[in-house]
Amino acid sequence: MSNRLINWFRFASPHNFYPLAGKMIPVFWALAALFGIAGLWMGFFVAPTDAQQGEGYRIIFVHVPASWLSMFIYMVMATWSAIGLSLNARLSSMMAQALAPTGALMAFLSLWTGAFWGKPMWGTWWVWDARLTSELILFFLYLGFMALQASIDDPRRADKAGAIVALVGAVNVPIIYFSVKWWNTLHQGSSVNLAKSSMAVTMLWGMLLMALCMWMYSVAIALTRVRTIILEREAHTEWVLQLDEVKA
Amino acid sequence: MSPILAIVRRDLLMVMRRKSEVLTALFFFVIVTSLFPLGIGPEPTLLRKIAPGVLWVAALLATMLGLQRMFAADHADGTLEQMAISPTPLVMLVVGKIGAHWLVSGLPLVLVAPVLGIQFDLDASALGVLVVALLLGTPLLSLIGSIGAALTLGVRGGGVLLSLLVLPLFIPALIFGAGAVEAHISGLGAGGHLSLLAAMLALAVFFAPWATTAALRIALE
Amino acid sequence: MNWNSAAEFFAMGGYALYVWGSFGVCALAMVLEPFLIKKRHTQILQTLHRQAVAEKIEKETP
Repeated sequence: MSNRLINWFRFASPHNFYPLAGKMIPVFWALAALFGIAGLWMGFFVAPTDAQQGEGYRIIFVHVPASWLSMFIYMVMATWSAIGLSLNARLSSMMAQALAPTGALMAFLSLWTGAFWGKPMWGTWWVWDARLTSELILFFLYLGFMALQASIDDPRRADKAGAIVALVGAVNVPIIYFSVKWWNTLHQGSSVNLAKSSMAVTMLWGMLLMALCMWMYSVAIALTRVRTIILEREAHTEWVLQLDEVKA
Repeated sequence: MSPILAIVRRDLLMVMRRKSEVLTALFFFVIVTSLFPLGIGPEPTLLRKIAPGVLWVAALLATMLGLQRMFAADHADGTLEQMAISPTPLVMLVVGKIGAHWLVSGLPLVLVAPVLGIQFDLDASALGVLVVALLLGTPLLSLIGSIGAALTLGVRGGGVLLSLLVLPLFIPALIFGAGAVEAHISGLGAGGHLSLLAAMLALAVFFAPWATTAALRIALE
Repeated sequence: MNWNSAAEFFAMGGYALYVWGSFGVCALAMVLEPFLIKKRHTQILQTLHRQAVAEKIEKETP
């Protein structure tokens, strides 16, 4: 093998991934800041006032990205869990563990901003809209994952049990979404039209940029958290004890 | 087939020796369904409206109460490990245990539900749909619940954690199960709901035992 | 530009509570989360450092 090829698999070891993650984190924070500034500028200063919803619609610039991220992070978390379970790779499981709180936070923000959007638009803080209800259930799935991992002492058992929860949840998310959607339409809930009819291009761009911002933020946070998790779980190893910040 | 039947027979035998466990879950179902009218008011039209939902939620909760029992006793005395290392595939034994759990926890609910439905002033055809829906739904609950029971085996705070894990996964069954009865009452016909419930049951019959077996092996490591 | 003055911007056409309630909580969350992780990271580093010091002392004392 030529010297110029990188053996990517060496980064499957926590020892090698720790410094790599450390170098990646500032890059993602910078990207998050860039996209955030661009997105907020588009959202507040370029996108026009909505004909029906006035200025209140601008909440979509955080609500939709948070929702997208909460679902995306769940899928990524489930993927890392699956890899950790099938290949018996503990770093993959650590990554899933690192992603869960951020995903749960995104789900919470989606619910919060959804409620704050609902109040002026539909008159109540909570509506049993199909998407909000599915989001609530997704939030519970995150909490279940985190609670299960927190209550199992042995980290490897916690990893594998969490993987099963994440995978069963991942299979169920589409089922839950469609059943809730069916339930919602049957019960003739408030017919919500989330301003999707003809979205101005600027609004769409604002949403996309904010979504990218939150995505970069989530990656940065997850990498930071996984570094902490690596230290916590690899506390007995030689390389951790030799770290500059730790050395006696 | 016979290992499955052997396990079912064994579990039923063990339950017969301690009937109180079964009966308490059943009485829980009865009491909880009685609580709702007491809390909301006796007006018949309102009760008829909430009946499917109330009965289904109570069935969910009653099933959940019994889930811990599925593997806990066998895990405590080492039988589960024997099952894991036996030549019979663990999946078949798990299917047997889930079957036994349903016979003990789910089937009584199905049989008692019509009586409770009368409390809510449901008419005969609605009661029929309710029974069919519960007949399809309670095995589904046992199957999904078994995954949670296996995952939380021997874990601190197991009962509450089990609820948190399993209740979100029960929601589609709840939506279509209660929805079937409501659709029937409102004249739309329960066919669609019952078909979807049956489809979910078919999926769960194939996939849940595998997930449960994987979770059991993790718990037994 | 959508806004004629800063006051207009903060008023958000009457929806100030909702818009700033949303953006505010998001901003708060995105500041709180890194802060909490940093705290957790510092804690583990301190624990590990104390552990390393303790081991060193153990090795040195005859």
